Amino acid sequence: MARSVTTRRKTINTLAAWAIGLLIFFPILWTILTSFKTEAQAINDPPLFFFFDWTLENYAVVQERSNYMRYLWNSVIIAGGSTVLGLIIAVPAAWSMAFVPSKRTKDILMWMLSTKMLPAVGVLYPIYLVFIELGLLDTRVGLTIVLMLINLPIIVWMLYTYFKEIPGEILEAARMDGATLKEEILYILTPMAIPGIASTLLLNIILAWNEAFWTLNLTAAKAAPLTAFIASYSSPEGLFYAKLSAASTMAIAPILILGWFSQKQLVRGLTFGAVK
Amino acid sequence: MSLKNALCAVTALTLITTTGAFAETITIATVNNGDMIRMQGLTEDFTKKTGHDVEWVTLEENVLRQRVTQDIAAKGGQFDVLTIGMYETPIWAGNEWLVSLDDLPASYDADDILPAMRAGLSHDGSLYAAPFYGESSMIMYRTDLMEKAGLTMPDAPTWSDVEAAAKGMTDKDNEIYGICLRGKAGWGENMAFITTVANSFGARWFDENWKPQLDTPEWKEAVSFYNNLLTTYGPPGASTNGFNENLALFQQGKCGMWIDATVAASFVTNPDDSTVADKVGFALAPNKEGVDKRSNWLWAWALAIPAGTQKEAAAKQFIEWATSKDYIELVASKEGWANVPPGARTSLYQNPEYQKVPFAAMTLESINAANPDSPTVKPVPYVGIQYVAIPEWAGIGTAAGQEFSAMVAGQQTVDEALAKAQANTAEEMEAAGY
Repeated sequence: MARSVTTRRKTINTLAAWAIGLLIFFPILWTILTSFKTEAQAINDPPLFFFFDWTLENYAVVQERSNYMRYLWNSVIIAGGSTVLGLIIAVPAAWSMAFVPSKRTKDILMWMLSTKMLPAVGVLYPIYLVFIELGLLDTRVGLTIVLMLINLPIIVWMLYTYFKEIPGEILEAARMDGATLKEEILYILTPMAIPGIASTLLLNIILAWNEAFWTLNLTAAKAAPLTAFIASYSSPEGLFYAKLSAASTMAIAPILILGWFSQKQLVRGLTFGAVK
Repeated sequence: MSLKNALCAVTALTLITTTGAFAETITIATVNNGDMIRMQGLTEDFTKKTGHDVEWVTLEENVLRQRVTQDIAAKGGQFDVLTIGMYETPIWAGNEWLVSLDDLPASYDADDILPAMRAGLSHDGSLYAAPFYGESSMIMYRTDLMEKAGLTMPDAPTWSDVEAAAKGMTDKDNEIYGICLRGKAGWGENMAFITTVANSFGARWFDENWKPQLDTPEWKEAVSFYNNLLTTYGPPGASTNGFNENLALFQQGKCGMWIDATVAASFVTNPDDSTVADKVGFALAPNKEGVDKRSNWLWAWALAIPAGTQKEAAAKQFIEWATSKDYIELVASKEGWANVPPGARTSLYQNPEYQKVPFAAMTLESINAANPDSPTVKPVPYVGIQYVAIPEWAGIGTAAGQEFSAMVAGQQTVDEALAKAQANTAEEMEAAGY
């Protein structure tokens, strides 16, 4: 009896999980489907699901009109650069907070998080002016720095939670054996924390890849990443959904593939520390 | 021999330095409309003629407006040429954000620009943006459905004619709706249309003292008529339909009539996209019997130079190229006359080749019927037909648009929508110090 209830519950849970999963994935699926329709089919009422004449025309148009590789390259540099830079700063910061906490550590962590509570547009103008002064507008360096700063609190928090799970005794033992601080972080802590660092890295690449406020506002032609590439396909006068969908699919494809292959790491990193 | 060599070297050097000194890369911010995309494809011709390279930044209309405003106000200097509309041109020129275009060479023939366009893109008598393409609004209707209903559409119909035609063509069982109109909220969406309807019923947004007038009987009559027409004969879900949604419906043969931008004419008559390409007739935007103003608007997508650009000369050369008669010829030679940017120059409408295009005459007549300096029956303190050219309008118009959209969706009555729009407008105007 007890067993049958469990099975039934399991089935319900599985079904619910699938339903929610599909619901969340549906907009992406719809975008991908739309990218293979003609403009007229894209806005057909009732909507067309799978039975339409599949066409690659939108991809051809997008390829012809935009320099996809340039946007892609900018996205790779900006997302990758900001994440690596963030990690270089966040690993020592999280180490000190996790293993040598002071009275104010909790406050500092909260303060770091509080920078995420201000709407981005609130600091747009000051940052824009600073960028003009420093000649950083429409440069990859400028965007890399801004995105690193935006995501830094999340990186520090994630690493901090992860490091907290590592027994301090192991580090102590290393110190007893004469390891310097640098050696301790590089050879003891980092290898043990690799899964956590990896998931932090992945999550931040995804966040930086999809960031659309700063990347649109601080770039023009040279440093514009894939977000600007997508934005260029919406139109006030004329049908554009199919071409916009093709551009979106091309923009999310790399990150989707990366996410697919690293989902185990990602889930593990995100749920680590949740269950003790 | 050595002299010859030396001469060659000097010539080469001169060439390198002169092209080096003059060849620049200009950055142009634009929107993703068909005519702009075509222009991007033809940029090579400009580079060949002037030596300047062009970088394009294509953005969504509202993002572009915000992005460009921010850059000009902060003097970021990111853009050398901007694509802007008729609404912001006089406002930005008044802020001294734009470079005057009065000194374009005689060969450019600025007098050839359609007078209505020139008026809308000028500030204090100086031209601040050159029209790339212009539009008014007009009726596009299905000739076959009109015939079936036993009706004829006059060239200059009244709203009663339009209502009769909508009634006659509606066949909801076959998903044919007599009329498709904008219902989607936004100052450039439903409010563009509703404001022109109001003009043609003798209403106005503000009196001479900037007092909002939405509580007047003219507004009530205009909005009631619009609401009734759209909810009775329009497609389901009309409150979320904008230009693109109605375009799609019309192309699929689901609208008997559509009153919208004249540029739509080239889309609905294009057999590649439209199932009704050979069954479309055109007529002037309607008015109420006895009211002197018709409901056609005036808009231009124009090119302007932001003050503070380091490349003003090259930017001017670009505008000269893109809005010239030669450019129109260039497009015609590559893509045919139906695809040239319309509504900017008088000479285009005198061209016998262009006169063969089915919607050319009605487009010109519609543009000529619009006067942004005198948009309403009663006098007003503002410029603009389907908008009010003040910075507060985008906010006021969009808020009012939301009320009218909710009204079409059946969430509130005409009176409620008008009262809310009036209250909000009065509050905004007071806050702005009018």
